[in-house]
Parts: sequence; structure tokens; C-alpha cells
Amino acid sequence: MNAHAAIFPILIPLIAALLQLASRHLGLSVQRGIGLSAALLGILSAVWLLQLADGGSILVYALGDWAAPVGIVLVADRLAAGMALLTALLAGASLLYASGGFDKRGRHFHPLFQLQIMGIQGAFLTGDLFNLFVFFEVMLLASYTLLAHGGGLARSRASLSYVVLNLAGSALFLIALGLLYGTLGTLNLADVALRLQTAEHDIALARLAGALLIAVFALKAALLPLSFWLPHTYAAAGAPVAALFVIMTKVGIVAILRVQAIAFAPSPTMADLLTGWLTPLALMTVLFAALGALVATRLRYFAAWLVLASAGTLLIAPAHAQADITAAALYYLVQSTFIGAAFFLLAELIAERRGEVADAIQSGPSFQSPWLAMGFFIAAITAAGLPPFSGFLGKLMLLASLRETAAGAAIWIVLLTAGFLIIVALSRTGSRLFWQHNPQTQALATPATPWQSVLAVLLLIAAGPLLAIFARPVTDYAARAATQLHAPGAYVNGVLGTSGHLIVREARP
Amino acid sequence: MEAIVATAIGILTACGIFLMLRARTFPVVLGLTLLSYAVNLFLFASGRLMLDAPPLIRAGARYTDPLPQALVLTAIVIGFGMTAYLLMVALRAMAETGDDHVDGREKS
Repeated sequence: MNAHAAIFPILIPLIAALLQLASRHLGLSVQRGIGLSAALLGILSAVWLLQLADGGSILVYALGDWAAPVGIVLVADRLAAGMALLTALLAGASLLYASGGFDKRGRHFHPLFQLQIMGIQGAFLTGDLFNLFVFFEVMLLASYTLLAHGGGLARSRASLSYVVLNLAGSALFLIALGLLYGTLGTLNLADVALRLQTAEHDIALARLAGALLIAVFALKAALLPLSFWLPHTYAAAGAPVAALFVIMTKVGIVAILRVQAIAFAPSPTMADLLTGWLTPLALMTVLFAALGALVATRLRYFAAWLVLASAGTLLIAPAHAQADITAAALYYLVQSTFIGAAFFLLAELIAERRGEVADAIQSGPSFQSPWLAMGFFIAAITAAGLPPFSGFLGKLMLLASLRETAAGAAIWIVLLTAGFLIIVALSRTGSRLFWQHNPQTQALATPATPWQSVLAVLLLIAAGPLLAIFARPVTDYAARAATQLHAPGAYVNGVLGTSGHLIVREARP
Repeated sequence: MEAIVATAIGILTACGIFLMLRARTFPVVLGLTLLSYAVNLFLFASGRLMLDAPPLIRAGARYTDPLPQALVLTAIVIGFGMTAYLLMVALRAMAETGDDHVDGREKS
């Protein structure tokens, strides 16, 4: 049974989606039941996978029992298992929130949500680059429809540009894969890594393929010249959908981390592919996002800019290819995902209480909701990176690990400046939303918020303090995952086996 | 043959990108379609171009690489589905904004 652990995070949402489609006549409560049970099972299976992966060996699952590099494999190392658990937890909280009534606003919300989870889990777990493309498409197709869920002008507009952009990105992805297959004759990541270490291929073409691949991942991760789509898309999506979308930028970041660590870093010709340009662009992304947060006029946009800021911060890590920096980045990734999602949900709950003004960052009708104010306060402190919560720890570890690097001073200046700008923006936002009341607007009756939504928001916000309390086990795991990631020999051997090196390729014209 | 295929891919890509940069949704959809044709041809060519050879390995016989054909098949199916969805989104955006501009409105 343990041998099959790697496929469960993908199979459970798929089966749930099929069951939900089959049972759509039985009403929404049945679909909710199936969805929430699947989310719970997903969390359990991810915990199981994480425990297995933490044993230190690379779990390889050959689909259809065709061995790599000919067949497609799922690979669960510590990083993949950790990301699977993060996805399952975030999806559970988002689904819980959506069960409070958001799922009524359009059709087929539940099956699409499950398919989106399946795509994300597959993208984290696959060990084959073409399979990664397929899971990206599963994830994107579900996200296109989820983005439009609920309807409205803003969502139609955002959908159009988001779909066109991602279709162009997919075309670029396929070109990169074609180039890679044409030069190396394989698309299995471990096999690609092995072949890049020999000099029997066209180096210029392989570098071009690698750069295109990174460009596609950077589009998903919203690196600066490719990040203009993010704020209005995420702001247009419904709250629980946007909360799940937070992990999609992380898919791009983890893909860059993995390809760089496994395939590029050990290769003599590819090792410097990310050097010199990724870190400056990431820093510019952080500054851009901080300025965006400063001028945001609505809380949803503000949340989207925060997501962009954390994506930029994380993108500093891959180019350094150092285990301690990656470990700090992984901890930062976990906490920023939860808090980013929490902000989107908070934005909707606050908007519901302010009538016409909704989530605009200006004075509005007064509303009494101590738990909401407290929740916003905790989330804001975490997002700003102030003590005592996990945002502070994440930023501190990242800064400490980056201090010795060549660009350390520049990184410190940019991160601290951006952090200051975000603190200013957060305190302005919080005081306008909660303390400034416009006496000309009438106070509204507080709407009854469904308990599911309240619980989901509280759980996500609790991640801030909890990740600070349990920082030791989480950072230890992140350190082990990073060490494993940056020793790619074990990954390659685990996937190809010791005999994998002997597979002889025919000479190609 | 290489020159013909390469030229075809180049022309398709150029036309695709030109159309994608237009301001109306319909040319953009056409441009993406042309681009996906170019990409599919490119992917197909990544297994090297062979004439009169089946994608089957038999003793002593010439064969062509079957993997890119499988990849192209997957890419075609995905691209087709995505284009169909994009058309629906474009129609819906046009119905809601009364305009087929990609930003949802003319610049006034």
C-alpha cells in the first residue's frame, strides 16, 4: 500500500470530481459532503505521503508500471510531499469557506474545484516535464472556469486576458519541451539532468530550451515583466477561488526551484542559466508589489499585491541554489500562502459588512465585529513580517541566510524597504476600514456569516501564530527538504535506478 | 523538406503573433490557433523528419520516433479544448460589454 502513496493526492480529487458530477441531481449538500470528505482524505493522504517521504528515500511511482525514462513517473521527495500537504490544507480551508454559500452562485463549482486541486497536486508530484505540462493545463482549465464563477463584468474581462495569456504561455511551454526533446531525446526530469551533465548535445539549443522553460514558470510565478496579469485577475476572482489561486504562483516558484536544483545546477553548461538576472527581477517584483499595495484602492487588490510581494521574495531563492536559502524560502512560502489566502477571504467578509462601499479602502459605515478586526490585525502583523508571528520568522530567516551572498546588501535594502512600504499600506488600510467611519453612511445590519466561512477564515489566520509556535518542526522539515533538493544525485538515482545510466540512445541525425 | 517545414513554422508563428497583438478578440483567437498549429508542427519535427517510416519498431526496418507523435496528439487535444473555451469567454465578454475589444471597452 505504501508504494501507491504518491498517487493518492491526485486520485482522490479526481474521483471526488467524478462522483460530484454523477450526483449533481441530488443537490448541493451531497456535492458539499463529497467535496469536504475528499478534502479531508486529501489532507490525510498528504500527511501519510509526507511521513513516508520524510524517511529520506525518494518515492517513485511508475504510472502503469512503465519504468522511467520510458514511462511517466510521479516522484515524491520531501519538497513535493510538503507542497502536497500545503495544497491539501489550503484547498480544505477554501472549500470550507465556499460551502458557506459561494458555491451556489454558479454551476459545477465543486467538480471544478476538485479538478483544480488535482492539477496542482499533479504539478507538484510529477517527475516528467511533459506530464508537468498536462497537469498545468488541468490546473489552468479548471482555474479559467473557477475565475468566471459567479459571473459579472469584471470577471469576464479578467477571464479573457487571463486565458489568452496562459494559452500563449502554454504555446511557449510546448516550444521549450520540443526543443528539449529535440536536443536531449528525453523529457523525464531525472534523465534530462543526467544528459545535461554530458556534453553530447547542442549546448546553445539546450540553454535556449532551459531559458524558455524558466520563462514559462516565471509567467506562472508572476516575475516582474510577466506579472501585470496577477493583480486584476486575483482581485476579480471570488474569495475562495482567489484563496486557492494563491498556491498557483507557488507552483511556478517550486517548478523553477526544482528544475534549477535537479537539472541545471549539476550541469556544467546550464549551472549559470539563472545567475545575474533572476534575483534583480525578483527584487524589482517585490518593489513593484509594495508600491502596488500602497496605491491599492480596494482590499481585494491589496491582497493580490501582497501575493505578488511574497512571490517576488520567494523568487530570490532559486538563483542562489543554496540549501539554507531554499530552506528559509520554503518556510516563508508556507506562511505566506496561508496569510495571502486569509486576506482574500477577509476582504469578502469585510465587504459584506460595508454595503455600497464594499472593500474600497476608504471610510464607510461603522460595523461591530471584534473577531473580524482581531483577525485582520493578526493577519496584517503576519503579512507585514512583524514579530511575534510567522511572517517575522520567515523574513528573518530569509534575510539571515541571504546576508553572506554577493547581492546580500541590495537584497536587504530592497526587502526592508518593501517591508516598510507594506507596513505603511497595511496600517493605513486597517485604520480606514475599521476605525474611520463616515457618519453620512448608514450603519448596516450585520449579515449572518455562515459558520463554515468564519471557521475557514479563523483556521487560515491561525496559521500565522501556529507556524510561529511550531516553527521548529516546520523549519527542520524545510531544511531537510532543501538539503535533499540540492543533492540531486539521489533524485536521479531514485528515478532511473542504478541501471538507468546504462540505457543507450541511438545516435540521432 | 526541413526547409519547407521550418518556413511553414516560421510563417505560422509570425502570423500568429501578429494576430495575437490585435485589439479585437476574434483576431486574437485566430492568432492563438495559428500559433498552436506552429507549435504542433514544431513538436512533431522535434523527433526528426522521416519519410515513409512507420512509428513502430520492427527488426531491421526504418522507423520514426513515436513519442513526439503522442506528444502532438496530447497538445492538439488540449489546444482544441482551450480554444473552444476561449471562444466562449470571448462571446460572453462581448455579450456583457457590448464590445469585442480585448480590454472590454474602446479607448474613448
